Amino acid sequence: MKFGLFPCCSPPVLLLQYESSSRAVLGKLGIEFMEIKDFSCCGYPLRNLNFKAFVLSSARNLALAEKHKVNIVTVCNCCFGNLKYVDHLMKEDPSLASDVNTTLAKEGLKYGGGIEAMHLLDVLYNQVGIERIRKKIVRPFEGLKIATHYGCHILRPSKVVKFDNPLAPSVFDRLVEVTGAESIPWRKKLECCGAPLLGIDDDLSMDLTRDKIREARKAGAHYLCSACPFCHIQFDTIQKRMLSEGIIVRSLPSILYPQLLGLSMGIKEKTLGLDMNTLDITRVKDFLRKKKAPTRETALDAA
Amino acid sequence: MFFHVSLYIALAVFAAGLLYRVSAWFRYGIGTEARRFSTATRVAAAARGIVSVLFSAKVLTLIRVFIVDVIFQARMLKEDFLRWLIHMCIYSGFTLLLLMHAMDAVITDKLFSNYYSTINPFLFLRDLAGALVILGVASALFRRFIVLKGRRVITRAMDHYVMAIIAVIIISGFLLQATKIVSYSKYQEMVEEYGGLDDKQELKSLEAYWVKEFGVVSPALKGPFDAITLEQGKTLHEMSCMSCHSSPRWGFVSYGVAKTLSPAAVRLDKVGLPAIFWYVHFLACFIGLAYLPFSKMLHVFVSPLSLLANAVMDKNKSHPANMATKQVMELDACTHCGTCNVRCAVSVAFEEIPNVNILPSEKIGPIKILASGKALSEHDLMTLQEGIYLCTNCNRCTMACPVGINLQDLWFNVREALLQTGHPEVCVLSNLSFYRGVKRDQMLESEYRAPVARAREAIASVSDRARFQDKSIPLTPSRNGFNKALEASVQANTFSHCFACKTCTLACPVVFNFESPEEALGLLPHQIMRATALGFTDLVFSSNMLWDCLACYQCQEHCPQGVCVTDILYKLKNLAVEQMRTKAQQSGGDES
Repeated sequence: MKFGLFPCCSPPVLLLQYESSSRAVLGKLGIEFMEIKDFSCCGYPLRNLNFKAFVLSSARNLALAEKHKVNIVTVCNCCFGNLKYVDHLMKEDPSLASDVNTTLAKEGLKYGGGIEAMHLLDVLYNQVGIERIRKKIVRPFEGLKIATHYGCHILRPSKVVKFDNPLAPSVFDRLVEVTGAESIPWRKKLECCGAPLLGIDDDLSMDLTRDKIREARKAGAHYLCSACPFCHIQFDTIQKRMLSEGIIVRSLPSILYPQLLGLSMGIKEKTLGLDMNTLDITRVKDFLRKKKAPTRETALDAA
Repeated sequence: MFFHVSLYIALAVFAAGLLYRVSAWFRYGIGTEARRFSTATRVAAAARGIVSVLFSAKVLTLIRVFIVDVIFQARMLKEDFLRWLIHMCIYSGFTLLLLMHAMDAVITDKLFSNYYSTINPFLFLRDLAGALVILGVASALFRRFIVLKGRRVITRAMDHYVMAIIAVIIISGFLLQATKIVSYSKYQEMVEEYGGLDDKQELKSLEAYWVKEFGVVSPALKGPFDAITLEQGKTLHEMSCMSCHSSPRWGFVSYGVAKTLSPAAVRLDKVGLPAIFWYVHFLACFIGLAYLPFSKMLHVFVSPLSLLANAVMDKNKSHPANMATKQVMELDACTHCGTCNVRCAVSVAFEEIPNVNILPSEKIGPIKILASGKALSEHDLMTLQEGIYLCTNCNRCTMACPVGINLQDLWFNVREALLQTGHPEVCVLSNLSFYRGVKRDQMLESEYRAPVARAREAIASVSDRARFQDKSIPLTPSRNGFNKALEASVQANTFSHCFACKTCTLACPVVFNFESPEEALGLLPHQIMRATALGFTDLVFSSNMLWDCLACYQCQEHCPQGVCVTDILYKLKNLAVEQMRTKAQQSGGDES
């Protein structure tokens, strides 16, 4: 089944490299996806304020996907978690579902429950599969230690999102490791990045970010790696601010997963927007295998 | 005489209106930054800016944008082909009519030595242009009310007025033309002036020919006519009339209307309908002209300016005085087309939160009032503040705006200005504040922090925490609306399963962050669950924990009892917001 690319509101404004690198990686792996211009916000930011407005927002997107007969692929944990949550609600709570569908009917939409919302990592792991990705790796990393950051809404509430084991997840680690990098164990790996409180309680938000950076550094990571725009902005733009304000002394830059994967696939640095991160990550290239010796798999593939 | 007097009045109103509207760009300002500059400074900065652009390589950008975006309206084409086609019909049709027909004495006549409005190709082209406009207007109505049904495109009086004026101008034009075709008196006037015929038979033949071929409805001659009469009429026509008259069939719309009117033509002619339509036609044009600066039709001048200005201006490089001027000017470029609403990421929330200011197009009106320095009513101010905060800053409105208004910057400036007026905005306690957090460098530290503190205060103040210190708590609290609201939700209803084991609190990274969490957060998650079960709303709503919740779902994931702790916290936040709004409305009602 084809995918409808769910853009999330933040990357097109704050994180263009996430969009371009994700498209490049999906394209390289032959995943077909289409744009649905009418997609709107998933409703996540409205959840504190108005439950019905939140449900309606996500349901509208699910209904649009259903109308176009595509599943959704999103690059954002929060979009993923909230679309899944609403998909779940629409199936579990018939009176809510009928309310929402009545409102949606005003613009000729209806959600019947036939859509799967997937995260980029979900598509890569479950649709493409590690082995198929491995075949596309032309320059694996060597000696690169990555502190893999899952983020919250891709894992929890596990009963709703059903992505991975919420207490001992491994999908993202395996995706990092297929690039040749090492996904190191570290404390606070599954904790929140702090982004949800940015703008509401910055001190608390940055405290949580600081602790994560500290733990990842302690474990010997070269980079953090995330697959959510909010987590990444927190680890990138906000970490830079924390450095300048003296909240942390040493930095640990974050690389977006499609940037990491893209580099090992030999996708151009420019396409991956490596220089667009606030904190410099261009040194990550130093970890790429020096000579472009074909791996066994690619040799076989070529043969 | 009347024609000229009314024309000059209309022109005078138009010119004065235009001057007034343009001067506002330099007099008004949005946000405190804009008001730093005096009108004189802004005029001078604008003049300098324009000159420096015209004498730089940027002039090439201007030329490109003028051709691509102004003439061919590529932005609109990219957004929506149907809309582009509709607009092209109206815009090309109307422009042609204005230049080649309304202003034919000064333009068409000078360009074409053989110009007569009654011969081809002019006769045909005039009807074609009119037909394009009518087709465009009809399709626009179809699109607005049928295609975009349910897409939250709002139609206001100003939209109706413009549609009505255009429709009256074009339809009265066609009716004027049609009544002239069938008019016997018009025919007679022309024969007397240009025919020079005395012979009765000749007059009759010519009339017969015109009745048959030109649609004139004669009270005496009905036809059918014999071939000899027609032949003679044709010869006379060729001698005296043909050089100025193509067949009216080329004016296909007017001719069609004329044919429809034919049965009643003699009577219509007697009451002088052509003259009446002539007055309606030119008066509608003059009213349109005079009204233009005060209507959304001002966009015909300002939208190109907006497109051009945005192509060469940059927030980081251009003079801030010019950015301020541009921002006010852009308000006049808005055509209230509603494309922004269709593309808006949160406009669907309008279905649940009945605040029309959520929709981008509807914010422009109140912002115009604010920019002019007039005060909005308390209610309107709060509505705008909330509407403008309910925005994910996704930039789609700006990308989609066919006239290139930088809406994103506009929202940002207005939002910050409003937040500093001291009215608490509870929406700042949502994840919508993430963008504000990222853009913190663009504001003063105190201005950045104040709105959040005000919102927390406002929420806490409506819950009367002090009550609990004085009064004893009843052991069996009465079941109130609060519990009912929670029980109505499948998730939130799980609060009653809690046996206060504290696992949620131990799993919470926010609690973990503080040495004495109760001091910082008030009730901790497990206490909130218990307080909820006991119906202590005030205690819950005044806890910082509620707004310091990350919604990371650690608590819910770890709960051994299956309590949806995070979902309950969400529900409680919703209820707190609702309670605050209700109380704010009540107190607002008391004041008035």
